[in-house]
Amino acid sequence: MSEASAPPAPPADEVRSPLSDGEWHRMHPLTPLLRGGLFLLVVAGIIIANLRERLVEWLLPAFAPEFSEGELPPDPIDYLVSRNLVLIALLAVLGTVVVLLLVFSLSWRFHTFRITDDDVEVRSGVLFRTHRRAPLDRVQGVNLTRPLVARLLGVGKLEVVGAGTDSNVKLEYLSTSNAETIRADILRLASGRRLGGSAAARSGGTRVRQAASAVGAGLTGLVDGDDQGDVEPESVVHIPAGRLIASRLLSGTTLVLIALIAAIVVGSIVGSIWVLFSFVPAVLGFGAYYVRSVTRALRYSIAPMPSGTRITFGLFTTVSETLPPGRVHAVEVRQSIFWRPFGWWSITVNRLSGRSSSDTNADQFTTVLPVGTRADVERVLKLLLPALPDEDWPFVFDQGILGPRADDPYATTPSRARLLRPLSWRRNGYLLTPDALFLRRGFIWRALGIFPLARMQSVGIAQGPIDRMLGVANLTAHVVAGSVTTTVGILERDDALRGFQDAADGIVAASAGDRSHRWASSEPDQTPAGEPLLEPGSAPVDLAAPPADPVAPVAEPVEAPDRTPR
Amino acid sequence: MTNNPEATPQASPTDPTDDARVRETAAVLDEGSFTRIIEPRSDARLPLGDGTWHQLARAYVWVQIISTGAFTLVVLAVAIGLQLWLDQPWTWIPAGLVLLVCLFSLAITPRQARSYGYQLRRDDLVFRRGILWQRMVAVPYGRMQLIDITHGPLDRGFGIAQLKLVTAAASTGVTIPGLTQKAAENLRDTLVDVAETRRTGL
Repeated sequence: MSEASAPPAPPADEVRSPLSDGEWHRMHPLTPLLRGGLFLLVVAGIIIANLRERLVEWLLPAFAPEFSEGELPPDPIDYLVSRNLVLIALLAVLGTVVVLLLVFSLSWRFHTFRITDDDVEVRSGVLFRTHRRAPLDRVQGVNLTRPLVARLLGVGKLEVVGAGTDSNVKLEYLSTSNAETIRADILRLASGRRLGGSAAARSGGTRVRQAASAVGAGLTGLVDGDDQGDVEPESVVHIPAGRLIASRLLSGTTLVLIALIAAIVVGSIVGSIWVLFSFVPAVLGFGAYYVRSVTRALRYSIAPMPSGTRITFGLFTTVSETLPPGRVHAVEVRQSIFWRPFGWWSITVNRLSGRSSSDTNADQFTTVLPVGTRADVERVLKLLLPALPDEDWPFVFDQGILGPRADDPYATTPSRARLLRPLSWRRNGYLLTPDALFLRRGFIWRALGIFPLARMQSVGIAQGPIDRMLGVANLTAHVVAGSVTTTVGILERDDALRGFQDAADGIVAASAGDRSHRWASSEPDQTPAGEPLLEPGSAPVDLAAPPADPVAPVAEPVEAPDRTPR
Repeated sequence: MTNNPEATPQASPTDPTDDARVRETAAVLDEGSFTRIIEPRSDARLPLGDGTWHQLARAYVWVQIISTGAFTLVVLAVAIGLQLWLDQPWTWIPAGLVLLVCLFSLAITPRQARSYGYQLRRDDLVFRRGILWQRMVAVPYGRMQLIDITHGPLDRGFGIAQLKLVTAAASTGVTIPGLTQKAAENLRDTLVDVAETRRTGL
């Protein structure tokens, strides 16, 4: 990394943008407004509600109700006018606005982010300062969320997903093009590919300042956007709106709704008419639920990217998340009995979402395919599990999801224990390959769980007294928390024991060969056996560099919180 | 083998299969512990398999009996008090249930404590517990995120500690409740060393 001779024209995807040059940058200037937006809306609402009569009188004189002088209710504006306090009142309003602007600009000034070779950092707060820093090789994904209002203003929030609970680093708000650039930078840095330093940042302070002012101005498209070759990739799945709506209507929720309506109708016929009144809120609530789940899943697209899988969805609030390789801990393909005639399936995943457990939005990141045909499912699974070798794929659909077929490779429930799995005992089973554990369950609600061994944390086996009488046992894959069912019960005891042993060995073998935490640094000889987090070359070079070099990345060792056993 | 993690600044990562070290560690782990794991009688149980199982310290049973017994006595005293002074016979319904559960757990504690076991294999730790409900977990060393040692006042009095092993999956749930403090610290240091050499991604 010599500053003097910047390579003339490195390929676009190896240049980092001026925004990730290791300097502190500011957010979009509208950030405080958008973050404090709700408060201002409330204030504006109160003012407008109070001045309703007056506004109607001004704007639509024809509709103004006729009041004689005495009938008018007392009004603060009349009061002010009659007491000659208008000037003072205007000054007070002006003062408030100035104070607000001061507070906003202060909070904007103190809200900065920095992207170095190893971390993303965000500082914010004036009185109570917070400083959050996430190591890049732990990045679990990058989400770009654009709520409706922010979309109209051309901004969005970027969320760098960390590996713990409530560990996300939020860059909100950034102009959309900046957000795209930063996302690409973060993913490239996290991938472990060494980036040629941004020529712009090194050639002197002017470009940096330019870039900073570009961010400051917040005008979209001021930053050179030539490295955004990844803007909108082709989706591998297309969900017709009709199918989406039908799939939402054909769900368990509809059954609940029908049962509820029946109960209400019967209730009102039998006697108490007032029960009928609960009908309206119930229908409203369910209607809102349907609308929400449909609008959220509309405009869905999933596409492969060099830095992982890009999933985009949402009609009003658009979310575009990037899932780097090796961040999927479990996948489940599910089909309820209502969907079977149409051949529809859904896919959910377990992943580290970095949200606190109380976050209600956390579940929207678990559904990867809301509804799709078999071909869709296969394409999406190929994206999610790129490491699964070709010979394993027949186990997924032919033998797995649609199984059992002849020569079933799955180890299933023995017939002596079929009372415990009366319908599904032929299907209920597991299969272990060197790369993944497959758990097949369910007869009415068919499901197949796929657990890549390189991501599995541990494996368990359990047996209760009834299981023991029948000579069976239950096998559990331990993965990060999520909605995927991780247990398959009532297996032949010896099968389960063999699965337990082999899975335990398989995890060790698979994770020793796994280097997806730095997925693009493909030098197996350079990183011995999943060892150091730093590229071996980088630390000594940085230490040797003159300390005065302001642009050189921090030479301190990467902090890997929660990593080292204590 | 020193028990102070600070005193061994990055001792060369020893292979856990290294004979001398294993023997040394095993001696500390087995000091004052049970010697035989109790299993269910049925042949369809989850068998012990090969390898040496280390067990809990004998003192753990006493700690459990004292703490459960004290709780039982408190419940009993409250129920009797309410009966005598306030004449509230209904208290015997909840109190009776609680007492029943307490007495039952007191009765099974000695056997239950002997059902715990853990094995240090080459690449993973295997943990087992339970007689009626058996459970076995294998945790690869590289997956450990952190190791927690806790001991309450009673535990300290008897010189035991609880060691909890945390991975990225909450369901792993490996908690070894009654190790001697020496064994717990020794085990922690060994595990940290081994995890260091086998560290993997999440």
